[in-house]
Amino acid sequence: MEEENDTRKVNNSFLRDHNYATEADIISTVEFNSTGELLATGDKGGRVVVFQREQESKTQPQRRGEYNVYSTFQSHEPEFDYLKSLEIEEKINKIKWLPQQNAAYFLLSTNDKTVKLWKISERDKRPEGYNLKDEDGRIRDPATITSLRVPVLQPMDLMVEATARRVFSNAHTYHINSISVNSDLQTFISTDDLRVNLWNLEITDRSFSILISSCFPSTGSPSQLFSFLCDKTRRLLVSINFEEPEDPSTRSFFSEIISSISDVKFSHNGRYLMTRDYLTVKVWDLQMENKPLETYQVHDYLRGKLCSLYENDCIFDKFECVWNGSDSVIMTGSYNNFFRMFDRNTKRDVTLEASRENSKPRAILKPRKVCVGGKRRKDEISVDSLDFSKKILHTTWHPHENIIAVAATNNLYIFQDKVN
Amino acid sequence: MDVNVEAKRILAVSISKLYASRTQRGGLRLHRSLLLSLVMRSARDIYHSSRESEAPIAAAPEEPMDTSSRAEEQTQLPEPESEPQPVANGAEAASEVSDSREEESDGETTEDKENVSPTRQSRKRRGKASAAPDFLPSKRARLEPGEERYAAPLGSCRTMAGESLTTLSLNRVIPAF
Repeated sequence: MEEENDTRKVNNSFLRDHNYATEADIISTVEFNSTGELLATGDKGGRVVVFQREQESKTQPQRRGEYNVYSTFQSHEPEFDYLKSLEIEEKINKIKWLPQQNAAYFLLSTNDKTVKLWKISERDKRPEGYNLKDEDGRIRDPATITSLRVPVLQPMDLMVEATARRVFSNAHTYHINSISVNSDLQTFISTDDLRVNLWNLEITDRSFSILISSCFPSTGSPSQLFSFLCDKTRRLLVSINFEEPEDPSTRSFFSEIISSISDVKFSHNGRYLMTRDYLTVKVWDLQMENKPLETYQVHDYLRGKLCSLYENDCIFDKFECVWNGSDSVIMTGSYNNFFRMFDRNTKRDVTLEASRENSKPRAILKPRKVCVGGKRRKDEISVDSLDFSKKILHTTWHPHENIIAVAATNNLYIFQDKVN
Repeated sequence: MDVNVEAKRILAVSISKLYASRTQRGGLRLHRSLLLSLVMRSARDIYHSSRESEAPIAAAPEEPMDTSSRAEEQTQLPEPESEPQPVANGAEAASEVSDSREEESDGETTEDKENVSPTRQSRKRRGKASAAPDFLPSKRARLEPGEERYAAPLGSCRTMAGESLTTLSLNRVIPAF
């Protein structure tokens, strides 16, 4: 599959031309809405930036729907928990869109402790001709008002505003790692390491809680997975336990860490589950809990380097994984700004790179290869030259087209299929 | 041998990560701390089992070793109410074994604990995992170079006490204000 490099987020920091990123600009989550028209990103500084796809123009068919900034707002601010004497980070952990019901767009964004419901709406008209205020908004002297007039709506430049409609807080002792909206559009769940809270979107002062009492691996067994599914009847929160027996020959100090699951995604057709652990991506059949259907090696060449990856903390990196719209291709990130795609049908895989230096806009991405030993060919990169500070943790795929968004530290890359 | 060296290094790295995570912005992360404590536990088991193979084991010290690791396993299951606990367990895992030994030494009443010379390694009974693990930073006061330590001879204070307590108290009254 060949891709072309399309748009890039403008890095507003004056450090843009330098090679290091302001920490607040580091993208911490990316999410398309259900139609793919909007793409939201959250960053470490608590901001949300929403991109909107341009309408396709007949005159320039090759510029197929580029994404441009639609709205930017500060979703979360840093807070201080006085009781525990802890700072609460403003970093946005997850964004989830609500399916669109009217002209406005709604999304849920969360940091470690608080979930907020944001309404993003357009305003292209403005009332003018007030009785009591003049054009600048100053109150008029009542003595000068001699007649009554009704304000009239006049067109204005499009303004997109975001308002916080609900704030759901004080429900998590530990750090919120994910949120998920129910298909009934009335409830959603937020989860931390030990608790699942079921909320009603209208009610912010209480929620139903489920506490997990034994989720931790016992000695000798690999990590277990709990995934929560709000089914269509809205009654069940189902806990599914997937576990693959560990291969004793590969046991090391770090076995538990590398088998710990960093992301879970249901397929679009609801029949499969994909899990990402440190070195692999696995596809599971929901009916079969004891072994995965498919296992894909993301960067097995790191298996021999676990000790140094432990020391530099990279072994704790939580990579996400994502399905394409038809569930035939899966994608996940790696180091050195590489990301990998696996075609489940043809069993072919490709490694691509998200970087400004190595690809020009509209250029077709060249597949990359990591050399695992022996002679290094010209275009290959050796394992020791990989840049572990450049990691692609967050990726997302358009719900039905071949458009992907990849976050590389503080830059957002959007790739589309080549137009023939 | 190699494994032992690696286990020691991993333990040292893990402990420093646990300490560092306390000052991290956003507070302790439960899942990460639990993973760290798992690594520490396997490293510690390997470290102790290779130490064990060096010196013959007495039967008695085995018990405190087992009870402490069992107690540890129970307390490692996370409790929703007490967030610091899993981390504290991880951090104390290495020293918990040697702490259990301290309880044994209470039975040694003949020892003069008050006046024990600072040059003694520790009051803990020597055993499988005697004293503090050597990769931990020493908490005892260290002498500056050039200083010498003057050890009070054992029992000297006690014998003096009866005879010259009254004289002492008269001559060395320290104003209390």
